[in-house]
Amino acid sequence: MDKFNIIVLAKQVPDTRQVGKDAMNADGTINRAALPAVFNPEDLNALEQALAIKDRFPGSIVTMLTMGPERAKEIVMEGVYRGADGGSLLTDRLFAGADTLATSYALSTAIRKIGKYDIIIGGRQAIDGDTAQVGPQVAEKLGLNQITYVEEVLDMDSKSVTVKRVITGGVETVKAPLPCVLTVNGSAAPCRPRNAKLLMGRKNYEVPAWTVADVNADPAKCGLSGSPTKVKKIENIVFQAKESKRYGDSDADIAALVDELAVNHIIG
Amino acid sequence: MNSVFVYCELEGAQVAPVSQELLTKGRSLANQLGVQLEAIAAGSNLKGIENQILQYGVDVLHVFDDKCLAPYTTAPHSAILVKLFQEEQPQIALMGATVIGRDLGPRVSSALGSGLTADCTNLEIGEYEDKKTGKVYENLLYQIRPAFGGNIIATIVNPDHRPQMATVRQGVMKNEPAGKGKGEIKNHKVSDYVSAADMAVSVIDRHMQKPSHHLDTASIVVAGGYGMGSREGFEMLYKLADALHAEVGASRAAVDAGFVDHDRQIGQTGITVRPKLYIACGISGQIQHIAGMRESSLIMSINQDPDAPINAIADYVITGRVEDVIPKLIRHYKEISK
Repeated sequence: MDKFNIIVLAKQVPDTRQVGKDAMNADGTINRAALPAVFNPEDLNALEQALAIKDRFPGSIVTMLTMGPERAKEIVMEGVYRGADGGSLLTDRLFAGADTLATSYALSTAIRKIGKYDIIIGGRQAIDGDTAQVGPQVAEKLGLNQITYVEEVLDMDSKSVTVKRVITGGVETVKAPLPCVLTVNGSAAPCRPRNAKLLMGRKNYEVPAWTVADVNADPAKCGLSGSPTKVKKIENIVFQAKESKRYGDSDADIAALVDELAVNHIIG
Repeated sequence: MNSVFVYCELEGAQVAPVSQELLTKGRSLANQLGVQLEAIAAGSNLKGIENQILQYGVDVLHVFDDKCLAPYTTAPHSAILVKLFQEEQPQIALMGATVIGRDLGPRVSSALGSGLTADCTNLEIGEYEDKKTGKVYENLLYQIRPAFGGNIIATIVNPDHRPQMATVRQGVMKNEPAGKGKGEIKNHKVSDYVSAADMAVSVIDRHMQKPSHHLDTASIVVAGGYGMGSREGFEMLYKLADALHAEVGASRAAVDAGFVDHDRQIGQTGITVRPKLYIACGISGQIQHIAGMRESSLIMSINQDPDAPINAIADYVITGRVEDVIPKLIRHYKEISK
């Protein structure tokens, strides 16, 4: 029976549904301290695909990898409580302020340190940036093939993986040689919950924290200095309020509105 | 001078609408910079493809025509772009923020070590001063996009790396052919760009479905929010849409609640629409929704809450319960259209 080494890329993200006034720093970066931090939703879908492979191929190893401040260890622990075998946190001030390219460089150095991998799975995109860039960029940095927008891992053997992916207007079945990188959609199977036994049994798991030096990364390629994109400005969205015409829900009101739209050839 | 490049996404023998929009924008950026607009078409059986592309004022069209390029897989297309960009040194490279563009763009930007901004909603040319060094950069591409769940608009620049790459959402830019440009066609030999190793991933099966809606081109959109209450509540919207020859869309809240399928979601993480008339039913108007419909010519809001945020940008506001108002709308419309 085949066994696979699976790395799950996951990110702790500010919950963008709860943005307040102090959410942004003056330099245009995100003030993460002011926002509740959550497991990026699509990374949970990715974790489920990894755990499902482990179910099918017992003895496979699922390793979490995340980057962020100290508290992002929570992401690794969350993975462990749901069935991952372990994981690490990349954390260093030198990693801070990274755009997607610097992030993918940092992750690729950590993946090289982990060394053994058949498949690397992450969410399609994170809800703080919605860029969907880190997965493909990690694949490129490692010289691996990528399959994005994955809905389900259908099959694996010692040499290849077959997945279903969603494309514009349809679905594809795609086969790629191992090792490769997959990014998983939010519409894929939801992640299983925490396992009570693991919650007790693994609570003392020590998440290794790796610095730039630990993963032999080039500091010039990390963080702000390794980021080709710069934020020129950030604006809060202000909508131009319009002079609205107001109507009630009476028949007379609605008939009048329908008439107006029809007269102006907007409807009919 | 270094050109503006647009990667044309192909759907069968058709150039995707988003690519036509990018050619339109690319032409105006190139004019502003005083440089050429160049386009790339990579696929199979591309005879005559220039008839859909050159009319956008394209100066040079790079054609890569080979069986190995369709259906799309990542490696051969990115191999072409990486090598072509190394040869041609574009200052700007644009592609659609579609499944293909969002798969290809990051791969190419990583290989070239250049920056990429995803899902832009506007592109402009302007200057940038690096606050640390005091260095001023002229004529940079402002890559403007909503971020942070649509709560902010960020302007991103790539001061030092080329090409300045961006993916752009469908439906946010105009599609207006600018007329013929120089119109030179360069037919490239694909084997000079793509190696056997690039063919390792194979598409073994593909099912295309008829689109379940035409929201992106509809002239009237009826959209429902959490205020519709249930999947059954949405039935009313389909009836209204039927009467008006409109398409039905939804807010994220309605999709998350399971009232309607995900492919009808309008907003920051869904579709962008700009119809003649947008009828928002039971939609409160979160920023992330408004990001996908604010360009509508006329906006009507039907909401119980007279102070719903969406009312601020609406031309017509009906204050009332959707289940009372919508049947009346249908009835009165049918009366006048008899």
